[in-house]
Amino acid sequence: MTDNHPRVVLDVENLQVQYPTALGDIVACRNVSLQVYRGEILGLVGESGCGKSTLAMAIMRLIQPPGRIVQGRVVLEGTDLLSLKEGRLRQMRWQQIALIPQGAMSSLNPVMRIGEQIADGMRAHGVEQSRGQMDNRVLDLLAAVGLPRSVHNMYPHELSGGMKQRVCIAMAISLHPSLIIADEPTSALDVVVQRLVIQTLMEIRQRLNVSMLLIGHDMGLQAQLVDRIAVMYAGRIMEVAPVEEIFDSPLHPYTRLLVESIPSIKERKPLRVTEGLMLDLRDPPPGCAFQLRCGQTSEICRSIEPPLLQVAPEHYVACHFC
Amino acid sequence: MSQALLDVKKVTKAFGNGLLKSQDRVVALDSVDLSIPHEPATIVAVAGESGSGKTTLAKLVLGFTKPTAGQILFAGQDVADLRGAQLIEYRRQVQAIFQDPYEVFNPFYRVNHVFDQVIKHFQLADKGDDPEEAVKTALNMTGLRPEDVLGKYPHQLSGGQRQRIMIARALMLRPRLILADEPVSMIDASLRAMILEILQRMRNEQSISFLYITHDLSTAYQISDKIYILYRGWIVEQGDTARVIENPQHPYLQLLIDSVPIPDPSQRWDSAISLGGAVDGREATGCPFYSRCPARTRRCLTKRPSLRPIEGEDHQVRCYL
Repeated sequence: MTDNHPRVVLDVENLQVQYPTALGDIVACRNVSLQVYRGEILGLVGESGCGKSTLAMAIMRLIQPPGRIVQGRVVLEGTDLLSLKEGRLRQMRWQQIALIPQGAMSSLNPVMRIGEQIADGMRAHGVEQSRGQMDNRVLDLLAAVGLPRSVHNMYPHELSGGMKQRVCIAMAISLHPSLIIADEPTSALDVVVQRLVIQTLMEIRQRLNVSMLLIGHDMGLQAQLVDRIAVMYAGRIMEVAPVEEIFDSPLHPYTRLLVESIPSIKERKPLRVTEGLMLDLRDPPPGCAFQLRCGQTSEICRSIEPPLLQVAPEHYVACHFC
Repeated sequence: MSQALLDVKKVTKAFGNGLLKSQDRVVALDSVDLSIPHEPATIVAVAGESGSGKTTLAKLVLGFTKPTAGQILFAGQDVADLRGAQLIEYRRQVQAIFQDPYEVFNPFYRVNHVFDQVIKHFQLADKGDDPEEAVKTALNMTGLRPEDVLGKYPHQLSGGQRQRIMIARALMLRPRLILADEPVSMIDASLRAMILEILQRMRNEQSISFLYITHDLSTAYQISDKIYILYRGWIVEQGDTARVIENPQHPYLQLLIDSVPIPDPSQRWDSAISLGGAVDGREATGCPFYSRCPARTRRCLTKRPSLRPIEGEDHQVRCYL
């Protein structure tokens, strides 16, 4: 852990990730810049295919060829991850930055007991301790995520979905990283269990002061957990703002659409229907990525891509009319 | 009293009878009563989490499996007795759309294939309808332009478009009832309203009723007329959707509603919840929610409550409170 405590834990600058295809390169992340502050939870929302998972993988430098990062910097605790050699990068992964990928709970080793898997993960990243000390550490981790001690000796198939997900969270915090990236951590879970997992993340953040990047598409969940939200569309960041401002006064037309699309459990209202026209990511039209769905476009939107600009303290929007 | 369109009467579905010990017997649905009237066309929601039995209910209504006890009547006829031409007619009148708008397509065929199959199986060409016109009309009803989707492969279309094609396929047969099993849970949030609006329009304009099976209480609340809440094979609360959701009586439904994240950062969950006592094995007698219920009493453990109505409203709850 670094001891200079800058305010920014993760600084992503002008990141561009591309995948070649037979008919042209798909730009999955286009000129993406964002920052995660120390001790905060930053939400990253957008629909499927918008590039949010690609961004998570790029930050961890886990993009598989033929995909590649073509430009940009990913600075974690003052170190540019993109310039590191593999050995040093492996050290930083898990110790400084941990990822809970989508479908993590299905990726637990089915033939290994939970305690052993957690210990194994730590040993693989250089932790050398006696059996007894390791067991204690694992039990502490299980307690930190609200799981009973008995889970230590269980196999994944004996656990419910929510319990498996909390095991994944325990693994992610095992080496006290500064930043955890959680990609859709509750998507396959029932609503009551979902609340439990989100509460676990809240407690972890409070007790360990770890920063988080929470990737998802459920705006309701984001409202319950995060401090700021970054909205992504077609590989680009469209808006970044404190969570209250995203819900009270969303500026970007896409953000407004996302907020208005949340079905309420409190009152019945007419459905807000929009047409979803897919942008061809290999051959996007010039100008704003959202022009096909916006409904408020003019000439400038169709020719010049709007830059992400600050419009208020901590509030950034990429739109010619915001 | 007029016959219902669909009448699920005291249906129980159990797995693992015979040689297995009674503890190994899994009762997926227990004495479930549910009905959809002939008219008006109604959207009936069945809401429950995993393990509630909702998937089993879907399979029973579609005739993929038979009840262990009880009956499923469609327009007065027992679905389990249908054979031959009657069964084909049932399959025409009761259509389905499912959760995964990709899985249902054969990726090697253009999407036209799903329509061709329906035309062939139900012999629509022989019955005097122009099948091509029927396909175009059905697509238009879902807001798709035939020229935008016909001739394409499934991977060339979005999830929302594929789901609308499946709805169009169902509509082509002019069914009385469509069973929709989590039709929007794999569709992006901003596009869900579009699909749900189609279901409402089909109810209003084509008089098609829906059995909307979901774990998402919010969408069930927004579009359904009636709702049944399933918990571990039991209906625990039912009635007019607005009444049930706005005035929930059963502790389980209250817990479910409280767990729906409110999209307002100023209204965050304040108290932590726990999942209560370990839920291992079914309680042989008594209420299925006993081990997790904050308001349980002795009586709840000894005798299972029956559904009782709430003062003159279309609202019933299975609870002693």
